[in-house]
Amino acid sequence: MALVRAVDDVCVPGAKPGRQEHRSAGQGEALSTDERSRVRRFEEIFATHLDAAYNYAHWLTRDARNAEDVVQEACLRAFKFLDSFHGESGRAWLLAIVRNTYYTWLKTNRVEALSVSFDEETMAADGGELADLESSFGSIDQVLQQGDAKRLINDALARLPEEFREVIVLREMEDLPYKEIAAIAKIPLGTVMSRLSRARKLLLQYLQQAKQES
Amino acid sequence: MDCTESRSRLHAYLDQELDLPSVVAIDQHLASCAACKAIFARQSALQSGIRKHAEYHAAPAALVERIRAQIGAQIGSAARQAPARAPRSPWRWLQHRPLQLGAAFAAVALVSWTAAIEYSHPRGDELIIEQVMSSHARSVVTSHLADVASSDQHTVKPWLSGRLDFSPPVVDLVGAGFPLVGGRVDYVDHRPVAALVYRHREHVINVFVWPERSIGGTAAGRTAPTPSASRRGYNIVHWTDGGLAFWAISDLNAAEMKTFAETYAGAS
Repeated sequence: MALVRAVDDVCVPGAKPGRQEHRSAGQGEALSTDERSRVRRFEEIFATHLDAAYNYAHWLTRDARNAEDVVQEACLRAFKFLDSFHGESGRAWLLAIVRNTYYTWLKTNRVEALSVSFDEETMAADGGELADLESSFGSIDQVLQQGDAKRLINDALARLPEEFREVIVLREMEDLPYKEIAAIAKIPLGTVMSRLSRARKLLLQYLQQAKQES
Repeated sequence: MDCTESRSRLHAYLDQELDLPSVVAIDQHLASCAACKAIFARQSALQSGIRKHAEYHAAPAALVERIRAQIGAQIGSAARQAPARAPRSPWRWLQHRPLQLGAAFAAVALVSWTAAIEYSHPRGDELIIEQVMSSHARSVVTSHLADVASSDQHTVKPWLSGRLDFSPPVVDLVGAGFPLVGGRVDYVDHRPVAALVYRHREHVINVFVWPERSIGGTAAGRTAPTPSASRRGYNIVHWTDGGLAFWAISDLNAAEMKTFAETYAGAS
């Protein structure tokens, strides 16, 4: 990703990004040094972590259009509140904004639909029966070697309650350390661990079920 | 370490979040406990299954453009609304009629230049373009721009000639605003090539040079700089001269790349 070019793009009022040919050189000077450095700082985070932001939003919303809305809103917020970023992890900072934006979006869009399934599945995941489940599981190698392993895994992930889904996405797809996941989801380290543990047990359970059904 | 303790640390172990002594303790326990070992193996298989199969949704290009446009528009309106901070409106020049005309001509020229990109390059160059883009990106991302860092063409040229089976023209373009950063040997199109690095403001330009593959042994001709591709924010210009193929790439805009390539080709 071309950071500097992208900054110049952003610096041009009303410019159509990606069609930079249509502007003449020199318009970029329209901005003060302050604004330029602001845009540059934003662009560094934006360009580097946009895919992570979108992937995260996509797995939260489970929908491409909604993910785009959430990410777009989140990026505008991020730019607006750029001064709240103090150079820690740009990725964690941006993803935390994506998460906040998602929950705001959820409140205004469809509260009920999601909270019901969440409660049900959380209850199912709770309690001692997981310990039994754990030892009763056979090998999942069989599941993972099937031709439709990709579908099975993605279905299982989509089925996870979002609290658990997000920690798996951040851990396995973004390869984030616990500390960063904790910062993004605003939960203690211990909760990151217990959610990952639950999430993985649930996933095994889903895959096991899929295997029995097939 | 017993089973309860080792299982309670299973996830931290899998995620490499444990310190070395704990890892060693768990390893030792696993070596002697088949039940725990099976649980760990299953979790580990799940982890690699997810990493292998989970769908990664990369941001669509249209979204990236929309966000940049919105932020650009925000800054633009802020700049216009705050004359105290930006006393000289950057748009004032547009109100002069001769300049408007000039701008229109420039726009037309740029559109044709862009249109040329879409139609000019033969498909066979596709592979080279991809390689040129990767090499350029790699050099910028790793900050490994030059093996011989010098703004003196008389240092760079012999250095490259000594390492390649040809001698690339290294030109001095400081006067045109393109100072030389240095050179390095890169690998493109299945052969070692010369990479000359220039700068324009903060932008890095890589010029890859290597002997042209002549088809059927026909004598190498000279072709004028032509835009070859414009994608992922990079503009690539290609030309040939004296049996050498030149590929210049940068995140500069198409007009500036055109200027650079023409100046370079004219000077060599």
